[in-house]
Amino acid sequence: MSAITTVGLEREYKGGLKAVAGVDLAVEPGEVYGFLGPNGAGKTTTVRMLVTLLRPTGGHATVAGFDVATEPGQVRRRIGVALQEASLDQLMTGRELVELQATLHGIPARAVADRAADLIGRVGLEQAQDRRVGTYSGGMRRRLDLAMALVHQPEVLFLDEPTTGLDPVSRLTLWEEVRRLKSEGTTVFLTTQYLEEADQLADRVGIISQGKLVAEGTPASLKAEIDRPRLNVSVVDPERLERAREILGRFGDERPSTENADLSFAVDGGATAIAPVVRALDEAGIAVAALQVVEPSLDDVFVQKTGRHLEGTQDASDAHGVAAAAPAEPS
Amino acid sequence: MTRVVVALARRALVNAFRRPQFLAPLLIFPTLFLAVNTGGLNRTTDLPGFPEVDGFLDFQLAAAMTQSLLLGGVTAGIALALEIEGGFFDRLVASPIPRVAIVLGRLVAAGVLAAVQIVYFTVLGLAFGASIHGGVPGFLAILAIGMLAGMGFGAIGTTLALRARSASTVQGIFPLVFVILFVSSAFSPRDLLSSPADTIAKYNPLSYIADGMRDPVISSVSAAPLLEGLAAAGLVAAGGLAMSVAALRGRLRDA
Repeated sequence: MSAITTVGLEREYKGGLKAVAGVDLAVEPGEVYGFLGPNGAGKTTTVRMLVTLLRPTGGHATVAGFDVATEPGQVRRRIGVALQEASLDQLMTGRELVELQATLHGIPARAVADRAADLIGRVGLEQAQDRRVGTYSGGMRRRLDLAMALVHQPEVLFLDEPTTGLDPVSRLTLWEEVRRLKSEGTTVFLTTQYLEEADQLADRVGIISQGKLVAEGTPASLKAEIDRPRLNVSVVDPERLERAREILGRFGDERPSTENADLSFAVDGGATAIAPVVRALDEAGIAVAALQVVEPSLDDVFVQKTGRHLEGTQDASDAHGVAAAAPAEPS
Repeated sequence: MTRVVVALARRALVNAFRRPQFLAPLLIFPTLFLAVNTGGLNRTTDLPGFPEVDGFLDFQLAAAMTQSLLLGGVTAGIALALEIEGGFFDRLVASPIPRVAIVLGRLVAAGVLAAVQIVYFTVLGLAFGASIHGGVPGFLAILAIGMLAGMGFGAIGTTLALRARSASTVQGIFPLVFVILFVSSAFSPRDLLSSPADTIAKYNPLSYIADGMRDPVISSVSAAPLLEGLAAAGLVAAGGLAMSVAALRGRLRDA
């Protein structure tokens, strides 16, 4: 049984705006599923339907085996939710909020304090637990939000853009926590507009654009659909460029060169192609100024599937290996 | 369910006391009104038709309490509207709790806050020379009517918040509170009101709530005003609760 299933899920708002237009998903238990898309693509609307805050207007969805429309109470008992922008009560302290959440989830009164202490420790907020949330930084709020979402050890955790607006350190801390949850077997449905986040955390990624799922798969398989890794090479002597092109042609297919490289070839094997290429160039007496393996990025996937770049894209290129080779002596 | 309601009520109360800018007007505003009225209109007690009282303060104390309780209702509505705007309401809705507990928690908090308001104005009145002729039973009668009315006004504020979903809209009803209050017998005996205010006051539950709280102050605990006060406050509370639950259901259905 899938942890999350949607079939033809739709949400149409008054006035005819279809925010989600027939999404089919199947998220397996223990999987981290990255739901990727720009603002307004339908990510949050989908999440709000899955966590029973919005009624679907078409199709159906189950979470932890229960229908979100007809069995919302069962769904709520089994999910943890950290919504966008950490909707926390700023007048309460972190400890008070976690304890309240524990009470709302029916944790026995005698266990509430211990459970809250455990979770506050887990997200590293011990020092700030008795301070009002209004004094917390964005990262602290996100961590508290996560602690609250975990208070009843949910089967499925929904994280709606958990790192938007966070500094890099806070982002990495949250990533670590998501990895830890995965290792504990929690299913995580993560929406994000950060490609790197989806790439780093998600077992599988779904790309949503204009309310429709336009691509789905593991990050590697999605990238592989686009192209093979590219080997970008710059040579020291421009007169040796044609010879270098011939040699590289034995390893792959030429692609348009970039402004940082004289030659670009799609090669099988990615980084493993570096050694034979360098050896071949060296044997031909071609001095290499720079050599870089560039994997197709999720942004490339996104561009191909949607025709535009994703907002929040930090680095469209996804360089996995950089080798600045010492010029070989011509033989 | 009880545990959840208590937890939500406790949170609403903690928030109220941590938000002095919301709490202070409930006490300061009616206190100023009370001081101005008592100082400037004390000779109205000589008017024919004015009930027999030791002083104008005795008469006005119930008006201050009613005004404060009404403002408490507005504040409860604003607090919930802010919660809806800020997203915390969604967190509650996404929790596995009976939906009605979200409303009941607010109402219980409104009732407890009403008790604080009643105690404050009673102590204030006693400090400035008023006397509670009904003694401790009289005070308990005031407390009962006040808490019930406070819950009712809180429920109406909650209904407005659930319908409007905006704190500024709920705040916009603030002037209406005074209109409703002035067409009741809270500030002036019904016999001294001219038409049509006297007719409106006759059907205005605030008249019976204020008179029910006033009677133990100026005379003793009498069955009729007490029961009328309890009935009016109960009606407001029951009606308010029904409206707020309907508003909550409507809001969730429309989601």
